[in-house]
Amino acid sequence: MPDKRLWILGALAFAAAIAFMTVGLRGNVAFALELRAVRLLTLVQVGVAIAISTVVFQTVTANRVLTPQIMGLDALYLFGQMALVVALGSVGFVALDPRVKFAGEACLMMVMALLLFLPMLRRRFDVGLLLLTGVVLGVLFRSLASLIARLIDPNEFAVVQASSFADFNTVRPDLVVVGLVVTVIAAAITWRKRHLLDVLALGSDSAIGLGVNWTRALTGLLMLVAALVAVSTALVGPVTFFGLLVVALAERIINSRRHHLLLPAAMLTAVIVLLGGQTLLQHVLGGASTLGVVIEFVGGLAFLGMLITTSKR
Amino acid sequence: MIEIKNVSLRYGDTQILSDVSLTMPKGGVTALVGPNGAGKSSLLSLIARLQPLQSGAISVDGLPVDTTPGRRLAQTLAILRQDPAVASRLRVRELVGFGRFPHQNRRIDAQDKILIDTALRQFDLESLAERFLDKLSGGQRQRAMVAMAFCQATDYMLLDEPLNNLDMLFARQLMRDLRAAADNDKRTVIVVLHDVNQAAVYADRIVAMKAGRIVADGSPADVLQPKILAEVFGYDMDVIDVDGAPLVLHHR
Repeated sequence: MPDKRLWILGALAFAAAIAFMTVGLRGNVAFALELRAVRLLTLVQVGVAIAISTVVFQTVTANRVLTPQIMGLDALYLFGQMALVVALGSVGFVALDPRVKFAGEACLMMVMALLLFLPMLRRRFDVGLLLLTGVVLGVLFRSLASLIARLIDPNEFAVVQASSFADFNTVRPDLVVVGLVVTVIAAAITWRKRHLLDVLALGSDSAIGLGVNWTRALTGLLMLVAALVAVSTALVGPVTFFGLLVVALAERIINSRRHHLLLPAAMLTAVIVLLGGQTLLQHVLGGASTLGVVIEFVGGLAFLGMLITTSKR
Repeated sequence: MIEIKNVSLRYGDTQILSDVSLTMPKGGVTALVGPNGAGKSSLLSLIARLQPLQSGAISVDGLPVDTTPGRRLAQTLAILRQDPAVASRLRVRELVGFGRFPHQNRRIDAQDKILIDTALRQFDLESLAERFLDKLSGGQRQRAMVAMAFCQATDYMLLDEPLNNLDMLFARQLMRDLRAAADNDKRTVIVVLHDVNQAAVYADRIVAMKAGRIVADGSPADVLQPKILAEVFGYDMDVIDVDGAPLVLHHR
């Protein structure tokens, strides 16, 4: 039964959280616990945000080897950061209230995502064409960001660079609460829409035939994905293959694509991988900073594996 | 009643439909026939608002298809497309259950379950109910899609070449089911067919299309005549009479 598998995943996630909080605890316990709690909260919401955004994105694009990050949505976010640094200078950039900055960037991203993708979705462009456009735009934003990086002052560049790489160790207490609010709201909306997502997975023709307002559903879900990508990118930086990895794992574990099973399974898998991986690397293998690299490496291998197996079929 | 008024459709320089007007009263089986590229599928997907209308107007039971809320229309009209993309890791029973989506807000209730079981039985899918769709043959999948459209329990059913991939047994069975749906459940069936002989036996009315226009419209005996068939399909074929129904010898 898939439900039993969900319980097992839940228990594993809980165990990973306990291990993350307690393994190797020494010194000022209260201080360490507080620090770890904030990091736990960060990692959990990043896992949840990436898992949901990937599931939703894969469903609306009817493609299982894609993540919003492969389509360049996080590149868009980083480009926004760069543009802000140029506009305000590094001093102004640092002086900005991070919460205001985050809110502004998240809104900007939703608007941009809609401006870029909605005209195509409204005319029911072929999904392949849509994806190609997204990939090209992703490259464009990355190139623009690196162009700006070359032009600006090295000091300003250092400020930006810090936010351009995936780093699961940085703690952003200033953004944790904001991120948590966005993640919880987005998760609640997605859960309410789980039946709709099941129908959307049948493809646009079938979904419209079953009475779904395709354009409206896509608009809403795309904004949701953009907001979640903004959360995860703001908290840990760009991660390309993590979502792909956990969603593929979750789908294999529960052997279903129905969203009432897949959504919780993907979230729990993401939490297990992040917390478990972080604990393992930090305390057993002694290299806490490398989780991002390891995840991207394994996720990249999974991506290649999925490409090969799907093309064989 | 489905009313199509002055509908035209073009993609770039290609004219798909030119000023098509057609009225289909409630009840009965209407077959759309014609060569490839005649615009049959396009007309069907315009009726089912799968594509936006470019010009003209279409209404189903007085509901204009371009402005009526999708859900309301989905309770009136079901569409089965040609070769629909099928999501993987979906069981046959789950797919058929989606036919109930327009009628419910949350969960599948007891009455929905009965309708789903009936549809599964009707299309001989009971033994396949728990199988994954991507592990089925093309014909079995096609039957599951038809069962889903049936399960939607709408007054109007549009089917785009539903006989694709079906063997002779199930093709005949499906046409009989469509006939029964029209006769017993008072449903209105509009079906795109390539086999004019299926249309001759099971349809009340045949609408023949060519190059985006309606060329002939009437009972099977009126439409399936050598002169009209030659005009529509572009070659001469004999028509013989078998027990009062025309049989087109199109393969010789």
